[in-house]
Amino acid sequence: MKNDIKFVQGNEACVEAALYAGLDFFAGYPITPSTEIAEHMAVRLPQIGGKFLQMEDEIASLCAIIGASLTGNKVMTATSGPGFSLMQEALGYAIMAEIPCVIVNVQRGGPSTGLPTHASQGDINQARWGTHGDHGIIALTASSHQDLFDITIEAFNLAETYRTPVLLMLDEIIGHMRERLFVPKPGKIPLVSRLKTSVKQGVDYHPYLPREDGRLPMSDFGGVHRYNVTGLFHDMWGFPTDNPQIVHGLLRHLLDKINNNVHLIAKYKEYFLEDATTILVSYGSSARSALHLVKNRRNRGERLGLLELQTLWPFPYGIIREKCAHARHVIVVEMNMGQIVREVKIAVEDPEKVFLANRIDGGFITPTDIRNIIRLIQGKGV
Amino acid sequence: MEKCRIVMSGSGGQGVITASVILAEAAVLYEGLIAVQSQAYGPEARGGAARSDVIISDSEINFPKVTQPNVLVCLTQLAYNKFVPMIRPGGLLLTDTRYVKTERKADARQIELPMYTQIMETIGNPVVLNICMLGALIRLQKIVKPESIMKVLETRLPANFMQMNQQALELGISLGESALQ
Repeated sequence: MKNDIKFVQGNEACVEAALYAGLDFFAGYPITPSTEIAEHMAVRLPQIGGKFLQMEDEIASLCAIIGASLTGNKVMTATSGPGFSLMQEALGYAIMAEIPCVIVNVQRGGPSTGLPTHASQGDINQARWGTHGDHGIIALTASSHQDLFDITIEAFNLAETYRTPVLLMLDEIIGHMRERLFVPKPGKIPLVSRLKTSVKQGVDYHPYLPREDGRLPMSDFGGVHRYNVTGLFHDMWGFPTDNPQIVHGLLRHLLDKINNNVHLIAKYKEYFLEDATTILVSYGSSARSALHLVKNRRNRGERLGLLELQTLWPFPYGIIREKCAHARHVIVVEMNMGQIVREVKIAVEDPEKVFLANRIDGGFITPTDIRNIIRLIQGKGV
Repeated sequence: MEKCRIVMSGSGGQGVITASVILAEAAVLYEGLIAVQSQAYGPEARGGAARSDVIISDSEINFPKVTQPNVLVCLTQLAYNKFVPMIRPGGLLLTDTRYVKTERKADARQIELPMYTQIMETIGNPVVLNICMLGALIRLQKIVKPESIMKVLETRLPANFMQMNQQALELGISLGESALQ
């Protein structure tokens, strides 16, 4: 077998990508449909000198990787809906304390324990607003193993660049499906390493004093500098404060560092958009069904196109507005009650041309499902 | 090549899912083809009607599930009853004579082979029924070469199991051959 070609599940592709990105530490609590991530990680990570820990629950899992990240490691955890709910408090902490980490949510049906073995994309809004308080967040997704490999590495890079948790919102179909994966040679995909402070031992280090470019160099916790980390609003030393000016400045910083860089963060793929009169907007596994349909209908002369989002948050309003400007119909294909369609309606100039094509019964949305909804929207009847 | 859409079904534990992964892996790693495999993950994976979908093609595969298989393998009556209505007209339906009594006349090439019986007579271990089925399948429908299957098995099995699996694969191929004559 050639080493660089693999035939693997999406969950395994995610593991390989994390290792490629330089993952040092993984803590998790296995849950369907993300279990294979923990399973493969337990084998693969120690082989390259990393540490794998199975924790008592998802709260501890996220807390463990937050701690490990502070000490200078690249870290990740993986879960599904129920575990993701438990992680929301610590997620807010990581956002507030600006700690780089990658959290994978292989989505299943919800709410609650829901449908463990079936497909859903119901956690997209939880990714945005699951943790309390105003905050910026980065959430990515992918529809094929090759894209998933690249996007996982991108998640680690963004986490380091913006000192923030990055959410990788996969789904049961992508996680469990097996397909081909090329693992590139080391060095082929650029990696962002931890920005470390140049402040020497014995000199004051301000953990929360941004440089001119807004970035905050880190010092490995437990190393040469002593500093405080808290979920409370804090000053440049990391100590709690309720000074309105500092509170305002910190909250603006947390929002702006992500929202002002949408143009750098947002990734998407487009198919046949140039002359499309009907544009499908989709992401994750749903985008595979949408693309199948688009290619199929193109062969029959229908002017259908697909815009596949790989960055869900921060939402790329500008890209949606620009790409969908000339479409007669914009149809958002997702497996939920309409979580991205809301944002698309906000993004376009005439929201009445935006529709939802969805499926919420645990079944994977098929090209036929989408085709029937398109026909209804176009007034042709199924 | 024409897109080959396969559904393999049987009882959880018979190895249909393993067989489908081996087939798809052989296609991708040793024949330069593109393949996607997915399976039902519910309780049926541990009994009931287990099902695995495989699509093998020489061009990109987007939708990963099979809605109308042109190859359907059923290793139990339950699986046969459940999945036979979905077969594409003119497709290949492969069943095992010991486990499946074909009742309806599907619009398909119906091939019934005594795979289980032959395995028990010549090898005496039902664990290789799935490999025998793969042998019959690749003889009936040109999907991958037997050597490619063997190469995958070499990466997955301890050396002392290889001979039994090779025997099962060859038995399947000869059963497939007999059905063609």
